[in-house]
Amino acid sequence: MTIPIEIPGLINYWIVIVLMMIGFYIVISQGNLIKKIVGLNIFQVSVFVLYISMSKIDGGAAPILDEAIKNYSNPLPHVLILTAIVVGVATTALGLAIIVRIRDSYGTIEEDKIINMERDDT
Amino acid sequence: MLESLYHHLPAIQVVLPLVSAPICVIFRRTAIAWSIAMVASWLSFSISILLLEQVNSNGPISYLLGGWQVPWGIEYKVDQLSAFVLLIVTAIGSIVTLFAPNSVNKEIASDRIYLFYTMYLLTFAGLLGITITGDAFNLFVFLEISSLSSYVLISLGGKRNALTAAYRYLILGTIGATFYIIGVGLLYQMTGTLNIADISQRLPEVAGIKTVMVAFAFMTVGIGLKLGLFPLHVWLPNAYTYAPSIVTAFLAATATKVAVYVLLRIYFSLFGTKILLSLPIQEFLLILGLIAIISMSLVAIYQKNTKRLLAYSSVAQVGYMVIGISMITVTGLTATIIHLFNHAVIKGALFLVIAAVFYRINSVKIEDMAGLAKSMPFTMAAFVAAGFSLIGVPLTAGFISKWYLILGAIDKGWLFVAVLIIVSSLLAVIYFWKVVESVYFKERPPGAIQIKEIPLTMLIPIWIMVGANFYFGINTNFTISIAEKAAKYLIGSPL
Repeated sequence: MTIPIEIPGLINYWIVIVLMMIGFYIVISQGNLIKKIVGLNIFQVSVFVLYISMSKIDGGAAPILDEAIKNYSNPLPHVLILTAIVVGVATTALGLAIIVRIRDSYGTIEEDKIINMERDDT
Repeated sequence: MLESLYHHLPAIQVVLPLVSAPICVIFRRTAIAWSIAMVASWLSFSISILLLEQVNSNGPISYLLGGWQVPWGIEYKVDQLSAFVLLIVTAIGSIVTLFAPNSVNKEIASDRIYLFYTMYLLTFAGLLGITITGDAFNLFVFLEISSLSSYVLISLGGKRNALTAAYRYLILGTIGATFYIIGVGLLYQMTGTLNIADISQRLPEVAGIKTVMVAFAFMTVGIGLKLGLFPLHVWLPNAYTYAPSIVTAFLAATATKVAVYVLLRIYFSLFGTKILLSLPIQEFLLILGLIAIISMSLVAIYQKNTKRLLAYSSVAQVGYMVIGISMITVTGLTATIIHLFNHAVIKGALFLVIAAVFYRINSVKIEDMAGLAKSMPFTMAAFVAAGFSLIGVPLTAGFISKWYLILGAIDKGWLFVAVLIIVSSLLAVIYFWKVVESVYFKERPPGAIQIKEIPLTMLIPIWIMVGANFYFGINTNFTISIAEKAAKYLIGSPL
């Protein structure tokens, strides 16, 4: 059996969509604040995969200045994604730091309990 | 020496506050941190005036970072619109910094104040960077610099609700920013470039392809989250209510304005009028804007907390700006751009008054503010004056923007839009009157502590803002001429 050529060609993009939706779904559906951050990370990773996939060329080598290399992948999206990864790490760190403070002052990191406590506050 | 500095003004505009931020951390003293913030913000303000003058006399400035040629390097671009928005952000930033010390000392723990000023300067630098950059990905980086630091600023609020408000804003803000880079990625896939002007030149060839449409949708939703476009505004009321008062004043007057600016840039400089007109975006924005101005004004009427009331009013005001964009005419865009400025001075003044009230009575609930006019006459007079501008009474800045918006609607033949704008202004009278009634016509609650007028260092910045509301309501040459030029430039920008 031969595998149709389109599937390997687009499989990265299918993975992007699947990861994006899984991450997004977790952010929306989970009540646990840390799980939401995890979902957010998966969501961001899907975008990293999108950028990296688009720069890859069939049979392309790493973009190194060498006479033997004629065909190489576009390095720019990789560089952009390094920046985006740094931003993602900063966001995760800040989110987790805020969760620590939330846990200190509410005693829980479950969203429904927090919402009930906020309702009692007012 | 001086001449070469002059040439590098666009870079200094962003670098100055960015470098000042870590310097605050090195000194760790409240007074020194505040002085650094003062120097940085007022110098930025002067730079933005110089840039605006330069643009007015010589046309748009293109500054190549590190001398790398476009489209390989990052370009800073200052045109009429970005110079105007830079002026708004730096002017508000400077006046808020002038006002800050008393309010900050009261609301933020004393060992954290230098960190507050650090984050404040970072937000400031991020907003300026968003405004000045001509590179789509660089815009994302500055967007995240300003967002991450503003999450921290919000979480510094006194109540524990500030933490959950900051957390929710973090989740939604990150989703918004990620949507934006998905859009940028798809556009890069289609055009192979990240420079906004360069993308806009190459886009028409591929305009019919779905990838471009998807990029457009992702960017609209992503930036819509940032600016509090009607159904995406849910983070905004809590964030504004629980943040420290001074942070609310700064963010309400600048952050959403810069987000509206980004939307203008994406729509008109990046996609261009031609692609925009081929999409069903007009109806979409118009309907959301109309729902925002009516429903959010209605919600504001039922609020008991003045900060929350003004937060909902802000969502409604963003509605006006979006309606202006939806017209895709010079008059409509002029209205939006003027309102960027006018709403910044209106909400800046109102939230500074609220900060002053909290400084004296530790509360911003409408019932707790009863009878305040007797003890704080000058502060409350400022509140009423800025409120007139919010409603849009003639001779105030708010009137000018609404006037242009209604003119634009009539030009388009959208009479019902003009009517709804007037209805929404009447709703603004109702929610604003609720506060005025409590402040002027009720007695202080029994047992309330005796209070005095706020110190002059707070009163002067408030009255500068209020003065601006009247000055730019009467002498409209400055704002209208810039806004019109910018609107024509946007509509006619090369496709």
